[in-house]
Amino acid sequence: MSAAAPEAAAPDLEVRSVVKRFTDHVAVDALSFSVRRGSFFSILGPSGCGKTTLLRMIAGFIQPDDGDIVIGGRSMSGVAPNRRPVNMVFQQLALFPMMSVGENVAFGLARRGVARAERLRRAEAMLERVSLSGAGHKRVDELSGGQRQRVAIARSLVLEPTLLLLDEPLGALDLKLREHMKIELKQLQAAFGTTFVYITHDQSEALVLSDHVAVMNRGRFEQVGTPQELYYAPATAFVAGFVGANNRIAGTVTAVDGPIAELVTGDGWSIRARCSRPLATGAAVEAFVRPEVAMLARVAGELPAGQTVHVGIVESLLFDGANSAVLLRERQSRFEFRIALPQTGRFADLKVAEQIFFSFDPERAVCFAAAGDHG
Amino acid sequence: MIPSLPTPRWLRATTLLYLGAFLLFLFLPLITVGVFAFNDAPYPAPPWKGFTLDWFVGNEPAGRTGLFGDEELLSSIWTSFVVACWVTGLSVAVGTLNAFLMERARFRGKEALSMLMLVPLVIPGVILGISILAFASRIAEFASDVAGIELEFLRPGLPLVVLGQFSYIAAIATITISARLKRFDRTLEEAALNLGASRAAVLRTITLPYLRPAMIGSAAIAFLMSFENFNTTLMLVGADAPLTIMMYGRMREGATPVLNAVSLFLMVASALLALTLMRRSDRRAE
Amino acid sequence: MVDTPAGGAWKGRLMLGLMLAPAVLWLFALIVLPHVDLALLSFRERLAPRQYGASLAQYRTFFGEPLYWHVFVRTAVMSAIATALTLLFAFPVAWTIAKLTRGRTSALLFVVCLIPFWVSETVRTLGWMILLRESGVLPQLLAHLGVTDVPVELLYHDATILVGLVYTSLLFMVVPLVNSFESLDNSLIEAAYDLGGNAGSILREIVIPHATPGITAGCIVVFMLTLGNYLTPNLLGGKNSQWFTEQIYTQFITRFNWEQGAAFGFLLLALSTAMVWVGLKASGQRFGDVMRRA
Repeated sequence: MSAAAPEAAAPDLEVRSVVKRFTDHVAVDALSFSVRRGSFFSILGPSGCGKTTLLRMIAGFIQPDDGDIVIGGRSMSGVAPNRRPVNMVFQQLALFPMMSVGENVAFGLARRGVARAERLRRAEAMLERVSLSGAGHKRVDELSGGQRQRVAIARSLVLEPTLLLLDEPLGALDLKLREHMKIELKQLQAAFGTTFVYITHDQSEALVLSDHVAVMNRGRFEQVGTPQELYYAPATAFVAGFVGANNRIAGTVTAVDGPIAELVTGDGWSIRARCSRPLATGAAVEAFVRPEVAMLARVAGELPAGQTVHVGIVESLLFDGANSAVLLRERQSRFEFRIALPQTGRFADLKVAEQIFFSFDPERAVCFAAAGDHG
Repeated sequence: MIPSLPTPRWLRATTLLYLGAFLLFLFLPLITVGVFAFNDAPYPAPPWKGFTLDWFVGNEPAGRTGLFGDEELLSSIWTSFVVACWVTGLSVAVGTLNAFLMERARFRGKEALSMLMLVPLVIPGVILGISILAFASRIAEFASDVAGIELEFLRPGLPLVVLGQFSYIAAIATITISARLKRFDRTLEEAALNLGASRAAVLRTITLPYLRPAMIGSAAIAFLMSFENFNTTLMLVGADAPLTIMMYGRMREGATPVLNAVSLFLMVASALLALTLMRRSDRRAE
Repeated sequence: MVDTPAGGAWKGRLMLGLMLAPAVLWLFALIVLPHVDLALLSFRERLAPRQYGASLAQYRTFFGEPLYWHVFVRTAVMSAIATALTLLFAFPVAWTIAKLTRGRTSALLFVVCLIPFWVSETVRTLGWMILLRESGVLPQLLAHLGVTDVPVELLYHDATILVGLVYTSLLFMVVPLVNSFESLDNSLIEAAYDLGGNAGSILREIVIPHATPGITAGCIVVFMLTLGNYLTPNLLGGKNSQWFTEQIYTQFITRFNWEQGAAFGFLLLALSTAMVWVGLKASGQRFGDVMRRA
């Protein structure tokens, strides 16, 4: 599953069939993956998918029941958290309120026996690198949310760990600051070149920040790939549903034409979509069509030739700046379908209950065998 | 250190061992007191001479007075009970009033007053006792000299005991009830007013019911602290001795297991009080 | 409820006055004035029957008579030792309750630790007397096991007094410690460990700084209660107890020398207040915060 690039640098982290069971469920189920040196690797999944357990196993706060974790080429079994070449940025940051900012950053160096003058110098240098020079004497609660974030990262990076683990560190911030910190985190990672392993339930964070993202569900990875791969070529229905907005259409296959299947919903709406795996007629499937893949037209002839033309009734307009969309119902089946409005503002004058044509490229709609239930 | 960090086996074993020793230390004296209430011997000391209920019900032929026949002890329990009721009532009433005063009212010198309310807690009980004793006597002297009135209640006796205990138990009740009132969401009162309730009705139906757990809790604590108080009471007591003073006197003389019997009675009563309170708070938590 | 509505100023003021009255009566009639009176009492001397003059005689007696100030210093030192021992014994238990156990186990352990303190100090002291006196349980057991030849008297030693004082004080240390440990976020300990700390450095750099308010509160309360204790030193120490509260009692009740007793009382109060103040200064705490925590 390694996302090895052509240069094939040695992995900093290798997880080998790690298992963790709790009394009532399996939190991490025989998981294996590796993270390339210097990359930004995210683990994305809903709460309860096992990502926190996985991260805490890498940090050493939870012992795996089976399997091995190898960091920088060394097996970590039996190695206490304070002896691992790994540092962690905690969800609530866990900055020490009883110490100044500088003492926080110097804490790990003091534990390594670095002399006082030297560690203060290194802490200050590190603070400078995260644009907090001169803040060393401040108390932790004098800092803003974003600054505290940077202190938490600086405190770990000053120890030059092989691996930096980040446990949803942006979760506690408000939306605006979160957007800002996303960019800052990515720049920090690029500047330091340290391998980051980042867990989050926020798909936008994962997509923006990462070189590679693993989508985790029920203790397993559904897919590991670049953000683009996850978005444009989801490997499973779960990934298609979890990453990005999607119209989910459940139905039964009525015809197969090479990679393209035709399916019909329970209410009789028929669409075409690309299958990731060959499917037989009669199979229960789920198709996913992204809102920006479908196109709108007031005249059917304006839609690209060769695409099935559907007719919809505008249900409501969802204005959200660049993310504006229209929610409509397919005329015959009343199936609810969401389509992104073009940036040109061309359909800004749509009215509720207006009839409109739409179509989409079946190559860009994906369809999977229905998995029964999934989270 | 904490469960998520590796803990060596020896440390875990030591912790358990220590905990066991600690609990033994805590309960050994209490168990001893309880056990020797049933020993068929004139003194609460080993060896074990066999089981008897003499120290509760008495044994005329053997010349043993049991707890239920010991007029002196029984009347001291009654004295303690009466004192505790007075102290509890006064403390909870004043504590509740003070809570409103400190959390709701605005006036000059409030900060100083709130500090002053904590002061009784850092004055040793013996000193509370002597200062109240001396002050009350001075007023009584003054009244007798100037007006020729004998203010009997200012002489050592139960009224002074009640005042002495109240002087610091009121501080505890104030703190407990204020803490709860501080957490009260005032929008509830505003909502009730908005729904047409009068201020008195809001107090009766919203605020006081909210404060009730703290009032009941501080009532229990006040009762217990009054019942068990020794230091302040020792200085203010007159002819009628409350239970702790009575027990102290007898313990110095070398007492019979009747004291164990009354202690066991106290332990059971305290345990019942504690259990009732915990039941209540459990129900609230659910 | 007493926010003065506009237009009803006098009504609001009356209300405020009514609410203030009990508090003022309580604090002034029972606390402030009696202590002022006690101070006046301590600074006077009986010249003839019913005739008094201002004087420092009472304090001179205290410093002039070695017995008095020896007992005073001894009480202070023993109280300090008892406070330190209480902290030492309570610390691991509080940590276990707050951090090593969870949910029901933790709550149960906490309650179990509190139970003995629902029982009167008199009863607890009675228990120790039955356990420790020469004819008591432990000496008999030790003699029976052959550790000592004959039963030895375990009462009336300084160590006995300390055992009794520590026992009586544990609750007042365990509760504030548990509260401060519980408010310490586990992730801080994990973070310190993750950054290379070990048990010793985490205790020193994280736990103790965080728990300082709780430790201060516990120590202040325990020291004060120990200093002012009468029952435990008196019964467990017997004639050897030499506790300062006994001197106060003797002057006030036995000898009826109130002036001397008042001076002793004031000295004890001064010591107690000084220790509270030192404790607060040393830990940079505010009085109100600490008392409410305790």
